[in-house]
Amino acid sequence: MAVAEKEKRVFRIEIDPRLCKACVICVDFCPTDVLTIDGATAAVKNLAACNGCQLCDNRCPDFAIQVFEE
Amino acid sequence: MSTPAEEVKAIAKKKKKVPFDYSPYIRGGKLPHIWCPGCGHGIVLKSLLRAVHASGLNQDDVAMVSGIGCSSRTPGYVDFNTLHTLHGRALTFATGLKLANPRLKVLVITGDGDALAIGGNHFIHACRRNLDLTILVYNNNIYGMTSGQSSPTTPQGKISTTGRHGSVDPVFDTCKLAQAAGATFVARGTAYHFQELEKIIFDAFMHKGTSVVDILDACPTYYGRFNKYASATDMMEQIEKDGTVSVKQAEKLSPEELQDKLLRGILHKAERPEYLEEYNKLVTSLQTKK
Repeated sequence: MAVAEKEKRVFRIEIDPRLCKACVICVDFCPTDVLTIDGATAAVKNLAACNGCQLCDNRCPDFAIQVFEE
Repeated sequence: MSTPAEEVKAIAKKKKKVPFDYSPYIRGGKLPHIWCPGCGHGIVLKSLLRAVHASGLNQDDVAMVSGIGCSSRTPGYVDFNTLHTLHGRALTFATGLKLANPRLKVLVITGDGDALAIGGNHFIHACRRNLDLTILVYNNNIYGMTSGQSSPTTPQGKISTTGRHGSVDPVFDTCKLAQAAGATFVARGTAYHFQELEKIIFDAFMHKGTSVVDILDACPTYYGRFNKYASATDMMEQIEKDGTVSVKQAEKLSPEELQDKLLRGILHKAERPEYLEEYNKLVTSLQTKK
């Protein structure tokens, strides 16, 4: 029996390097390990794994990260 | 055929996720803020802005007053009517402001040192009067801005610059103090539980009378480094795991299990005449006597 394919949701993560202080909160609280620290700012390493939970957005103390759904 | 409830669910599922837009509430060009990497104040501020947004109030009708300290830098970043005042004196300025212009919704942003040590006297008397103020105490257990001295909420045994071998002073419980002094809405939230905090601040905002919210926060730079927390995340997780239990959870726990735990949520709510209403009644009665 064919299983209906689950619609894949696509997200876009915007990180403002001027605001990010690389505190690692977004990286540590991401449940699917999407983010990393690249130099002095947070960066996306595996966007495909993002489930859009917005924990990084809500817990970022610096207003630096936002998650949009495409 | 799907039921109406299922249809609503399906529509909600299809709705695209959009992040909350903080830009209308932030003064242009004021970011990045001065708070250290990993400081919880930014998370608390975001919950506060979402709560103000949910309340539907016009920004021009909100006034934010603060004293001195890391927390008290908040009004500098937000696009409300703002007043950055003297150390510990936020509540006196806020009281004057509310009496002069009762139309304003007055929010007081203060820290544990600012509210409970230098401004301790003003704090208990503001609670006693029950003037319609919302007092948010950013409680990070230390004086962060002046490099980490012990505050009235530094736990016993914890290290600070004025307690190198561990603080010996017993601590203030902000909520018990506020309730005993007469505040009619007393609650506690944390920077970790950001959604819960948003709801608590919203309820505090809607309450008529003095509302006090003790917000457990993390200072990774001073409190965290002195007390061997590995990172900002580590501090946030400690607040979650060891520090607090919600009011609902607490109902199921024994008194022994609740020892050393702080309760989270709305801890006290009472109805009492609001100060301005009583004051206006007095003025009217005196005028009619003439």
